[in-house]
Amino acid sequence: MQTNLTINGTPQRLELDPRTTLLDALRHHLGLTGSKKGCDHGQCGACTVMVNGRRINACLTLACMHDGDEVTTIEGIGQPDNLSPLQQAFVSEDGFQCGYCTPGQICSATAMLEEVRNGWPSHVTDDLDGGADLTTEEISERMSGNLCRCSAYPNIVEAIRKAAGENA
Amino acid sequence: MRSFEYTRAESTGAATRDAATGGTFIAGGTNLLDLMKLEVMAPEALIDINRLDLNQIEGTEDGGLRIGALVTNSDLANDSRVRRNWPVLSRALLAGASGQLRNKATTGGNLLQRTRCLYFYDRAMPCNKRAPGSGCAARDGFNRILAVLGTSEHCIATHPSDMAVAMRALGAEAETLKEDGTTRRLTLEELYLLPGDRPDRETVLEPGELITAVVLPAPVRARQTYRKVRDRASYAFALVSVAGIVAMENGRITKANLAFGGLAPKPWRDAAVEELLTGEAPSDALFNRAADLLLADAQGFGGNDFKLPLTRRTLVSVLTELTQEARI
Repeated sequence: MQTNLTINGTPQRLELDPRTTLLDALRHHLGLTGSKKGCDHGQCGACTVMVNGRRINACLTLACMHDGDEVTTIEGIGQPDNLSPLQQAFVSEDGFQCGYCTPGQICSATAMLEEVRNGWPSHVTDDLDGGADLTTEEISERMSGNLCRCSAYPNIVEAIRKAAGENA
Repeated sequence: MRSFEYTRAESTGAATRDAATGGTFIAGGTNLLDLMKLEVMAPEALIDINRLDLNQIEGTEDGGLRIGALVTNSDLANDSRVRRNWPVLSRALLAGASGQLRNKATTGGNLLQRTRCLYFYDRAMPCNKRAPGSGCAARDGFNRILAVLGTSEHCIATHPSDMAVAMRALGAEAETLKEDGTTRRLTLEELYLLPGDRPDRETVLEPGELITAVVLPAPVRARQTYRKVRDRASYAFALVSVAGIVAMENGRITKANLAFGGLAPKPWRDAAVEELLTGEAPSDALFNRAADLLLADAQGFGGNDFKLPLTRRTLVSVLTELTQEARI
C-alpha cells in the first residue's frame, strides 16, 4: 500500500505492507529510531509522536491510515546541538535515568503544553472552561499516558514545569 | 498480526457495501489494532473510514447536538458546547484513557470497543465471546474487574467505555447507515445486547451497518457529574462509575438520570431506580433504598464481590453531591 507522509517536514513516499504500524514505518523503514517501542500496545507511551500537531501512540495506528499526514518525531523536535526547551529542561532537571521513555515523554509533553495553551481541561481541572495552572497534579494527569519504569517522575514533572514557565 | 486486505473508503455508501461482505471498519484503531496484534481479532479486510466526512459537531434543530462518528474523544471533550451544556460527557471522556489515546479514539469506535476481560484477551483460555462455545474462564477465575449486573452463565464481561455511560444518562441516540442505504436511530439501550447465550453478539448492528453520528437531546437544567472509581488515579478502566444528572425543585428531586459503568455488559440504567428517586426529598435513607433496588439482582463472582458495596457508596456519594445545595 503506497502511503505519502511528511516526516519532520520532509515528504516521504513509502510502499508498505498494510500491517506496518506508524512506529515500525518510522523505525524500520525510515531509520528514525528516536521513537521507542516499549509495550507495543498503547500502554506505555514510549512511541508517542505528533500527527498533524497532536500526540498519539505510533504503535497503535497503521502507517497507511496516515496518507497525507504530517508527522513530527523526537528527531524533528530538536537535535543534540539544537535542543528544544523541553529537551534542555529534561537535561538540566535530570528528568530520566535509562532514557528509554524520554523521547515519548518529550513528544507527549510538547503537545500537552500546546493543549494547555488551547485551554483544554483535564480530568483534574475544577472548571471545564477556566483553563488550568500547571500544578503537579495537572502535569501528572495530563502525562499519565507516559510511563517511566525508572520512576523519574518528580524530575520529569519539574522539567515540564520549567520548560512551560520559560515559554510563558 | 494476520494479513488483511486494506481499503480506504471513498464514501459512506462504499464503506457499508465493503463491510457487508466481510470487512471490518477501522477508525481510530486504538482497540482494534491492539486486538489484531494479539490475534484476538483477525479481520480479512479493513475498511479505513478515516477520510469520510463524519468529523463535524453541529447543533440540531431542537437544541441538541449531532456528533459525527469520527469526532475524536479529545475534540468532543473540549468542544465548548459540550463543556457548557453537557458537562457530564466532557467529564466522562476526560476520565478515560490517556491524552494520546483520546486524540485518536473516535465517538463511533468508543461505543463499539470490546471488553477488557483478561480471558477475552488470552487466547490460551476459554472465552465464549472470543470463541463461542469454549466456555467462560472468568466466572471461576480472576474476575475483579468484571460484571455484577446483566451477566449470563456464558459471559460476565463489562463494557469498558466511560463516554457511553455519560451518553446513556443523557439519552443519546446513535444514527446508522445500512448497506441498503437506509438509516435508523438507536438509543444506547437498543444498540447494546446483553450476553445471554450469544456473548459474541454485542450490538444489534447488522453486517455493514455504520454508526455515522451520535445525537444528544437538548440540554436540561440539572446538575451533572461523572464519578469514576478505579485502581489508580489516572489511565485505568472503571471498577465502578456513575454518570448522574439530577434536577431539584422545592427541595424535591424532579429528575434523576443515572447510568453506571464497570458493572455490566453495557452502560447500565435502571428506570425503576430513577422512578424511586423522583418526587422525593433527598436523604441518605432514600439513596440507600435506590442502591438496594439497583443491586437487587446483582451477583458477584468472588473477586468482584466488592463492587456491590462500592457501587452503593459511590451512588450515595454522587446523589449527595448532586442534591447538596438543596439540603441545607
